[in-house]
Amino acid sequence: MISHNLPALQIVLPLISAPLCLLLLRPKLVWIFTLVVCLATLGISVELLSLVINTGAISYEMGNWAPPWGIELRVDEISSFVLLIVSLIGAVVILYARKSVEREIPPHKHTLFYSAYLLCLAGLLGIVITGDAFNVFVFLEISSLSTYTLVALGNDRRALTAAFQYLIMGTLGATFILIGIGLMYMMTGTLNIQDLAGRIPEVLDTRTIRASFAFLTVGICLKLALFPLHLWLPNSYAYAPSAVSAFLSATATKVAIYVLLRFVFIIFGVTFAFEVMPMGTVLMLMSIPAILIGSTVAIFQQNIKRMLAYSSVAQIGYMILGISLASVTGLTSGILHLFNHALMKGGLFLALGGIAYHTGAARIEHFKGLGQTMPWTMAAIVVGGLSLIGVPLTVGFVSKWYLVLAALEQGYWPIAVVVLVGSLLAVIYMWKLVEAAYFNKVDKNEVVVREAPLQMLIPTWLLIAASLYFGIHTELTIDAAQKAAELLMEAGR
Amino acid sequence: MVTAFSIVFMRDLFAIVILFGIYSLVSASFFVNLDAVDVALTEAAVGAGISTVLMLGTLALTTRREKKSSHGPTLPLMVVTVTGAALIFATLDMPYFSDPANPIHQHIAPRFIEQSGQEIGVPNMVTSVLASYRGYDTLGEVVVIFAAGLGVLTLLGRFGKRPEITMPSPSMSHHLILRVIAKALIPLIILYGLYIQFHGDYGPGGGFQAGVIFAAAIILYAIIFGTEKAQRVISPTVIHILMAVGVLIYAGVGVITMFLGGNFLGYNVLAHDPVHGQHYGILLVELGVGVTVTAVMLSIFFDFSDRKRIQSIEEQ
Repeated sequence: MISHNLPALQIVLPLISAPLCLLLLRPKLVWIFTLVVCLATLGISVELLSLVINTGAISYEMGNWAPPWGIELRVDEISSFVLLIVSLIGAVVILYARKSVEREIPPHKHTLFYSAYLLCLAGLLGIVITGDAFNVFVFLEISSLSTYTLVALGNDRRALTAAFQYLIMGTLGATFILIGIGLMYMMTGTLNIQDLAGRIPEVLDTRTIRASFAFLTVGICLKLALFPLHLWLPNSYAYAPSAVSAFLSATATKVAIYVLLRFVFIIFGVTFAFEVMPMGTVLMLMSIPAILIGSTVAIFQQNIKRMLAYSSVAQIGYMILGISLASVTGLTSGILHLFNHALMKGGLFLALGGIAYHTGAARIEHFKGLGQTMPWTMAAIVVGGLSLIGVPLTVGFVSKWYLVLAALEQGYWPIAVVVLVGSLLAVIYMWKLVEAAYFNKVDKNEVVVREAPLQMLIPTWLLIAASLYFGIHTELTIDAAQKAAELLMEAGR
Repeated sequence: MVTAFSIVFMRDLFAIVILFGIYSLVSASFFVNLDAVDVALTEAAVGAGISTVLMLGTLALTTRREKKSSHGPTLPLMVVTVTGAALIFATLDMPYFSDPANPIHQHIAPRFIEQSGQEIGVPNMVTSVLASYRGYDTLGEVVVIFAAGLGVLTLLGRFGKRPEITMPSPSMSHHLILRVIAKALIPLIILYGLYIQFHGDYGPGGGFQAGVIFAAAIILYAIIFGTEKAQRVISPTVIHILMAVGVLIYAGVGVITMFLGGNFLGYNVLAHDPVHGQHYGILLVELGVGVTVTAVMLSIFFDFSDRKRIQSIEEQ
């Protein structure tokens, strides 16, 4: 029974646990409970990935109704990969969260925090695993609503404004996506993604489908914070609790990119999106300023969480740039970077949380002398930073290498220049931290800063070490990304 | 249209909220015209009913006048115009309204219409689709409502900590007429809610609408007799537990079907006869929906209405 129902359990387990949190009588138990649930969820996604590798894609019929009448869960090479990323980050962050949450969130709200966290996890996993277009929207709403709650729990009062801004922008994005799905349903009479892919070519040449394509693209790009629709992101990441920033930066935008890939490549197909519609040009024109402006603005930030948030805007630019090339190599680089960026940015935000644990915030002045007082945390930041820059032997290098390859393949050498300039800008903003931490003396009258607790250091280093490991042993991730890219390119020919 | 335009031009938020209510009511009758009775019922109960009350609650906490916006109107206007143009562009190739040859009537709908009677045995097809064929979506919707309740509870509520509230809550119990009418109406409203809840298989209705109607009955009581008295009937702790219990009933049915050898939410295995199984399943999940919706609506209402009193205590 268990193995047959694994796809359903992947979602249902965290989904049921969220309300169960409210019923637990002892608030102390909630963290342990959440941890156990997250680890089990991670276990399920590992199992699903190995099942998919051994036996091929799995389709699961919700309520025993065959698609397209019922809702289908679909685990294939791409979704199992993304499921693993999300649940892995979910488990690592929750391991870390106990200490950080104790410090940043008032005790009577802990239960609500963990409940919202589980909902968010379930929502993100639900988006990834489903094979139904409307179901994507439903789970998008679950994850978004819980995300707004999580962001608003930040201990800075500006977290409320940030969450409100995110709520307005996110709702706009979701509405656009819903309009897009509605128009598709009107023209095809189905909501199942596979079925849509089969039926849409007949009506592809109508204005209604073109409009639906446009609405979907804009809506999803709002969700994934593509420049210039990124305005909600910096404040949300900067003022959210540390654990939430790490979790969101490593998962939420990644899942949105996955949704973009799913809709554009599987439903509409490469030919329609990139030859009939000018998708490639539009995405490229958005992602190049994303990289350049995002990195430049990052240099001027005093709040380091905000700095990393702007750097995320730039990194999302790299992923979209890879996708906009619409070639196997380009897509490989985009998908690779999706995974790699989750590791490094997740690790960096966790490390920042360690600094905020003692100093209360992570502004540039708090970094003075941290090289001596918090050697492990600072080392994590340096390694993560090297990866952001794209130094060889880190994951950042691998994905940028593929991006440059993909660009040169099509003779777009200016793109290679953009990538290079983006990396140089990253050197500047990361150097600011290094300089403050290693070349400045500690202020005498400052509070005594010690190394972050072990329970926070270990998860941080887990992600950072993974970003080194996958930077050296590249076969595993490149293989997975390449397979996914080929699948996407073939899907809608 | 007239209502929508006057909403845009008005600055008095109180009037705007009331106009929103009218707008929803008109939309509801519009939905009835389109033969979407279930949607109309939801729109009437949620749009015209509860959300008006909640928005008035927000106004009570903030202010009645709209602030001057700090942005210029050009960019928003451009975005709205482009979006509107895209929507009109989309209509150009749309299939004709209510043409039986439309894709939506040709592909999956026929099975819902022709076979749901034998497969599920519930006369109201909307309920069949909602609670069984696409029951997983509906579970998702319930969780969305739960998430919304959780969000408001986190930001405004007092989950877990309970400061002693000594200040009496505002009430209108000195109005004799209101008191008498409310006492006569509330049992009827609850009875009607029960009808909608359990009759959803046969006529329009179901857990969503019923939940909102239940909540409306209790909110009416709270408005007239004061929230304190209402909370003596149903305390915040009970509401928070019910919020979770509703979702658990719904998802629990799914877990039980998995144990019985079916897929998640495959109600066929619940009884020897698949159609009976479907009946039990739909009845139970609708109950779950009703419980969560009622509890979340009440939780949000009480979070709003207690806010002022909590604030005044925190200031002291």
